[in-house]
Amino acid sequence: MYTNYEPGDRTAPIEERQGSIVVKGKGRTKVSCGNDSLAGAVSQRACVYCGARVVLNPVTDAVHLVHGPIGCATYTWDIRGSLSSGSDMYRNSFSTDMREKDVIFGGETKLAECIDEVVTRHRPSAVFVYSTCVVGVIGDDIVAVCREASSRHGIDIIPVESTGFISGNKIVGYRAAAEALLRLIRPKEGEEVERTNKVNFLGEYNLGGEKWIVEKYLREIGVEINVAFTGDSSVEALKRAPGAKLNLVQCTGSMHWLAAQMEKEFGTPLLDVNFFGSENIADSLRRIAAFYGDPEIARKAEALIERETARLMPHIERYREKLQGKRAAIYVGGAFKAMAIVRQLKELGVEVVVAGTQTGRPEEYEALSGLLDEGTVIVDDTNPAEIERFLLEKKIDVMAGGVKERVLAYKLGIGFIDHNHDRKDALAGYEGALRFAREVYVTTCSPVWMYLREAKPSRELV
Amino acid sequence: MLECMPKQQVEHTVGKINPAKTCQPIGAMYASLGIHGCLPHSHGSQGCCAYHRMHLSRHFRDAVLATSSSFTEGASVFGGAANLKTSIKNVFEIYQPEVMAVHTTCLSETIGDDVPTMIRQSEVPEGKYVIHANTPSYKGSHVTGFSNMCKAMVTYLAQYDGGMRKERVNILPGFVNPGDMREMKRIAQEMGVDFIMYPDTTDVLDSPLTSKYEMYPKGGATVAQIKDSGNSKATLSLGAWSSDAAGVALQEKCGVACIPLHIPIGLKATDEYIMALRNTAGVKVPSTLTVERGQVIDTLIDTHFHYQGKKVAVFGDPDTVVPLTEFLITMGMKPVYVMTGTPGAAFEDQTCKMLDEANITERKIKAEGDLFDLQMWIKEAKVDLLVGTSYGKYIARAEDIPLVRVGFPILDRAVHPLMPIVGYRGCLRLIEQISNALLDRRDRDSLDEDYELVM
Repeated sequence: MYTNYEPGDRTAPIEERQGSIVVKGKGRTKVSCGNDSLAGAVSQRACVYCGARVVLNPVTDAVHLVHGPIGCATYTWDIRGSLSSGSDMYRNSFSTDMREKDVIFGGETKLAECIDEVVTRHRPSAVFVYSTCVVGVIGDDIVAVCREASSRHGIDIIPVESTGFISGNKIVGYRAAAEALLRLIRPKEGEEVERTNKVNFLGEYNLGGEKWIVEKYLREIGVEINVAFTGDSSVEALKRAPGAKLNLVQCTGSMHWLAAQMEKEFGTPLLDVNFFGSENIADSLRRIAAFYGDPEIARKAEALIERETARLMPHIERYREKLQGKRAAIYVGGAFKAMAIVRQLKELGVEVVVAGTQTGRPEEYEALSGLLDEGTVIVDDTNPAEIERFLLEKKIDVMAGGVKERVLAYKLGIGFIDHNHDRKDALAGYEGALRFAREVYVTTCSPVWMYLREAKPSRELV
Repeated sequence: MLECMPKQQVEHTVGKINPAKTCQPIGAMYASLGIHGCLPHSHGSQGCCAYHRMHLSRHFRDAVLATSSSFTEGASVFGGAANLKTSIKNVFEIYQPEVMAVHTTCLSETIGDDVPTMIRQSEVPEGKYVIHANTPSYKGSHVTGFSNMCKAMVTYLAQYDGGMRKERVNILPGFVNPGDMREMKRIAQEMGVDFIMYPDTTDVLDSPLTSKYEMYPKGGATVAQIKDSGNSKATLSLGAWSSDAAGVALQEKCGVACIPLHIPIGLKATDEYIMALRNTAGVKVPSTLTVERGQVIDTLIDTHFHYQGKKVAVFGDPDTVVPLTEFLITMGMKPVYVMTGTPGAAFEDQTCKMLDEANITERKIKAEGDLFDLQMWIKEAKVDLLVGTSYGKYIARAEDIPLVRVGFPILDRAVHPLMPIVGYRGCLRLIEQISNALLDRRDRDSLDEDYELVM
């Protein structure tokens, strides 16, 4: 038996957090979300700069220059698992390395000098300049510095207004990144972008080559990707974005605003897709085919789905035999990812009993809730104390999350699947679905668990 | 990889490219974890806290908890006093630590938050402690932050009771892994020395997996021990950058004699550590340690032809790099490029002196450098081996040089935090890693006919 939380139960150790935890089917349905984290609480959340950086970093041939003290640049140096088919410029770490003097007298001159040096010596196709906490406080005008540098050098030097303290929520950073992208792709006066029949693929970061997998599928059914935002993208390719016929939106948290904006400015319609897990892939391919309204595309899509599903399912079946009845918790950055994982775990016979995100919005939590069974704990902006409680009380066998959850899960003797933005193994497409299944199996059924001093009954070698 | 590197030699004059350091708060957070029952608290916006926890978790592969004042725009305009007071209240109510160790961030430093006053105005539960260190990210590096928090332990906690000095030695271990601290303690125990070590992250960041999660693992120096360190006879402060500030503060505050030493990496620094323990505690060096030393010498002879005369580039934190350079010289290698990201003229002076004595005249030494500099040097004249943190792997690949991972952070290998590089055992480990890296390389490069079984 596991604990069933009742309405009015103190599910959170902190009073202020009671509203952020709900149990599906127990009266309350709305998760309180999007609030600032409590002062003095351990939060798994990051900052605005982090949100902006993870969205923009995969632009491969740009210099990503962080205007601030060194830490912000160091911690984000190559933390994306985004692969490149061309330039590796994005995998370097550039910082203005602000010092006390710059904080006192202002950092604009140093920033301008830094841009000049970077542009003349490294010849990037564009520079993204990120503002950090200190820059926001001392009021360096990065927009003006970038504008002047841009006209000095004749390339795009784009300010990203990602001062960390604006919000404790990464979503604000996603928005800053989207604004920067819009600034980059909006045709300059007199410029014409060629109209095509291709699609843009928004919210796809090419982790472990995931964009390439989907690109292969789309090509097979007769649809070409114009450019992905931002996985394996170049500045030149991004500038062709306004010419696409359709915007596919995968990671909704980071890209929905941009897609809506592009619809308004360039008239590009948008379609939500998701290439994680066989159900989602099939669903997405069919929707794309329907959009084009071309029977040939639809036929090819069905053929692909049939062939790949037939190949995948025996493997999934094999893993399901081992995993049937195991219990899982999910805590990830965004709701899009959470939903994709729920579906895949269910396909593997794994019951999801806890699901949460750092940045989910009300409508996203509602959609997530729709996928979950009664009694499932749904949680926003959780912390290690709560995670520990959920993992133990709900008798979790495996957790999906990022690095900070990994170490916690392991300590409690619980399996773990990394679904972080820095992984370099693809989880998208049918091959990704197989890899995901294998990873769930390997960690949940590791023989190591048998050697724990207090082995749990469910820890039998399979 | 790293294709931005210009083909010709260029010096960059402003900013950093591929940094060899990070910011103060993470060092302070790590030091805080070396106090038993301590919860580190980051006074600023929460991104920093998340990054530091993530980075430490990746290096140690263990859970790192810390709270944040969660600044938003309001706090940044009106000051963070309300946030800190709420934090102190919440932290003791929710997480019930023995000690809350507050460090600042660049944000709270820039707006000028007066943390000590805020702490004084807060309600701290009876018998609990709040200590703090100023750790502006735009000064020094992560090592500076570590040092500042160590000093805070002294200024807030250490006391001299005025009586007879205890026959006991304080050991300030410097910014090293728990495996290193464990080895330093083992050596002191073998010698029968009574000691207090702080910070001490053994049994905190290398704790066993028991299926129980302990928010406050059994390790760490207790507040009582840190207090009592003021009554000790002497302090061995290991590492000028990470420990001297605390050692000197303890001498000034409580009159405990401070003996500055290197972190005991390599033969010479280990000898000095052991001799300092012997002299201050008035004990004998046991034969077990003499045997260990002999094994190092024996191994050096067994392996010297693998590495002697090879050129090596070494980078990392100054307190690690200085004794490491010394050991590389002892091994007969040529450290031709020696670099740290942390500022400090003493780094250049000390390494310069060592290399002069070893007659290694063609070399480049730099404090406050970055890995772009290092790669430019290597492009100019290649080395046989690179020794440094995981970030060296980009250079290793681009320039096709083997890398031995030493220092902080190591993000792409496991087990290292438990394996010491200090003491004689640490010497053996370094020799093994360096020899094997070079031998693996020879195997990889050799033609079929030159491929050897016995090397």
